[in-house]
Amino acid sequence: MHLVYPTVLASLLFAIGVYGVLARRNAVLVLMSIEIMLNAVNINLIAFNAWLQDTLLAGQVFALFIIAVAAAEVGVGLAIVLMIYRTHESVDIDSLTELGDAQGAPRGTDRAAAVAVEAQVR
Amino acid sequence: MTVSSLITVLAAEEVSVPIQLSGTTWPDFAWLIPVFPFVAFFVILFFGKRMRTSGTAVGIVAIAASLVVSVGVFAQAYLHPGFVEEKKVILTPFGDGRLTLGMKVDGLAALMFVIVCLVSLLVQVYSTSYMDGDSRYTFFFAMLSLFTTGMLIVTIADNLLLMLVGWEIMGVCSYFLIGHFWEETPNSNAAIKAFLTTRVGDVGFMIGIFILFWGAGSFEFSTIIERAESGEMPRNFVVAGTVAIFFGAVGKSAQFPLHTWLPDAMAGPTPVSALIHAATMVASGIYMVARLYPVFELSGPALNLIGVLAAITMTMAALIALVQDDIKKVLAYSTVSQLAYMTAGLSVGGYTAGFFHLFTHAAFKGLLFLGAGSVIHAVHSNNMSEMGGLRKYLPRTHATYLIGCVALAGLPPLAGFWSKDEVILDAYYAAGFGNGPEAVATSPIVGKMVFASAVVTALLTAFYVTRMYCLTWLGTYRGKGHPHESSTAMTVPLMILAVPAALAGLWGSPFWPDGHNIKRVVAFAGQAYHAPELVPVVAGTSVALAALGVVVGFAIYGKGLPRRDPTLSMGLVTKTLERKFFIDDLYLHAIVRPTRSTIAAGSNWLNQNVFDAPPNLAGKGAVLAGRAAYAVDQSIIDGTVNGSGRMSYFTGRALALVQNGNVQAYATGMFVGVVALAVAFAAR
Repeated sequence: MHLVYPTVLASLLFAIGVYGVLARRNAVLVLMSIEIMLNAVNINLIAFNAWLQDTLLAGQVFALFIIAVAAAEVGVGLAIVLMIYRTHESVDIDSLTELGDAQGAPRGTDRAAAVAVEAQVR
Repeated sequence: MTVSSLITVLAAEEVSVPIQLSGTTWPDFAWLIPVFPFVAFFVILFFGKRMRTSGTAVGIVAIAASLVVSVGVFAQAYLHPGFVEEKKVILTPFGDGRLTLGMKVDGLAALMFVIVCLVSLLVQVYSTSYMDGDSRYTFFFAMLSLFTTGMLIVTIADNLLLMLVGWEIMGVCSYFLIGHFWEETPNSNAAIKAFLTTRVGDVGFMIGIFILFWGAGSFEFSTIIERAESGEMPRNFVVAGTVAIFFGAVGKSAQFPLHTWLPDAMAGPTPVSALIHAATMVASGIYMVARLYPVFELSGPALNLIGVLAAITMTMAALIALVQDDIKKVLAYSTVSQLAYMTAGLSVGGYTAGFFHLFTHAAFKGLLFLGAGSVIHAVHSNNMSEMGGLRKYLPRTHATYLIGCVALAGLPPLAGFWSKDEVILDAYYAAGFGNGPEAVATSPIVGKMVFASAVVTALLTAFYVTRMYCLTWLGTYRGKGHPHESSTAMTVPLMILAVPAALAGLWGSPFWPDGHNIKRVVAFAGQAYHAPELVPVVAGTSVALAALGVVVGFAIYGKGLPRRDPTLSMGLVTKTLERKFFIDDLYLHAIVRPTRSTIAAGSNWLNQNVFDAPPNLAGKGAVLAGRAAYAVDQSIIDGTVNGSGRMSYFTGRALALVQNGNVQAYATGMFVGVVALAVAFAAR
């Protein structure tokens, strides 16, 4: 089988994952899109492992690693999403901007603190 | 390199002298005499106010030490007439000449030391009481010490430059002391007048110094005298130099036409008048001429000029003294007149006679001034119209004052008679009368003029002295308050001065042992000597005229102030005398006013518009440059600093927009970055 098929497939999958990460507002879907990107990478690793006929099978080993790490990551990620849902009653990623710069914060007590800091700077 | 190697010391460069003293004697230490008061001056100036006695003790002790050395030096001079001791340190050679710091001690200097130190000591003791409570008490004593230093430097100097140093020190001290009570304008004006008038004479003095140096190639008296006598110095240099240098004496010794400052100088405290304006400083002009007398002897025109000026001065001043009411003004004009006697003595070849008169005059005029101070202290007025009858109130001052008056009037056997008689006798010989012991360079016409004015002045002197005495001491008291005798510190100096005022004349009389009389002691090396003598015609005339003056004076003023004072009721004559022969008016209109209105205004304009222009321009330039520098500092230097702060602030704000908390925006950035990197790598 020619190398072009798996690489094109991997590219498409990765592009879908990138779109999902950048465009979806649901945090769970963003996580899923990340998984898709990881799997696109896995496909690449396997394909090139076969293509290069690596005797140490480094590509396959890496792919297994990534599957394990991705599973752990999804576990942590979903736990965080669950906690966010409990505190915010929403998993809309656009509204979760508390960690951003205060100026950009649309509401809340941080705004007053930001004004005070700005006055000090001036 | 040590300091001593910088100065070449010619230790004890002995000049050939008629008599050389063996071993170390008092004259070897003569240089200490001016050093003591000089040190005292600095001590008083810097530490005087902190001392219990406000510094007076320092000045008195220092001058007493100087007096001790002076008496030692004088004893040598007395025992060995004709001795000369010269020592010098060469400060720097220049061209053909050299600048030296040296002393020349002979009989003349030794006697001057004693006069200066004694009068200065007595005046300082007197001043402790007279100036008590004055606001500038300490400064006054510092100035007295500095003045004494100046006078002693003039006395000890072996060259003209060193003498000039002392001469100017005295000038500035005189200025400070005349203006001691400067809160009142007339006093500070008098100080300025004295300073400027003597300065006019000093210009002549400086020119004279340069001419003599030019001619003789040296500033030292011995060399100048030697070169002048040997003919190495051309005759026109001798004449020009002596005439010019005498002009310095005219200023300092208050001779016509520069005499006008001395009566005004009476604005100073009375002890100052006694020390500076009667006994010592005004005599320094006479002393300077005496120092250079062998040169003057060769210069007939200079002697004639001195004689004419002396004749004018003595008569004029004595006449003005007749109409004065201020007791100090009487004494001041008397001083001018008596100084003219001294210069008259110098002009007719009577060098020793002139100096003899300086000596006796210092004693009796110092005494009279201090006595007048005591009177002024008692009645709080200078005017004789507010005195009278003080004999009862101030008995001790009266007794000493009487001695001073008799000495000044020229009645034998007190001091003034003998010295005045010697001067008149020398004038008598110079005029061509009698059989003079030596030929003098003075013309007989000038000699006759000097003789005539000296005789007339003897009469006038006796008269104004009697008038002053009677108005002050006889009759009834016309002033306010109750006068009282002065303190011991004031009367004791009077008593001490009364002794030389009474007896000093005997030293120059024919009765004194011939080998040691004053004429031998103060004579310069190689001078022809003739013993003091009493020529009956001359002595008889002067005594008769003095007695006539006294008798007339007593007849008019014996019972106190008459209702119409004859000297003040002579119409135009009185007016002329009261206006001092219009000389002050002449100076005011011919010199002072034109100077002030045209030259002063012109130089002010010149100064403001021409000389000040470059500094003003520089100032304006500096202001502009300063403004430019300020602008640069504000806009560029500060701008850079402020700008960097402001820029980081706005950059921060711009970048803060990026960090808006939207995770997907971050991810977009990351993705774009990765793509850009990939493209960049692919393009390579």
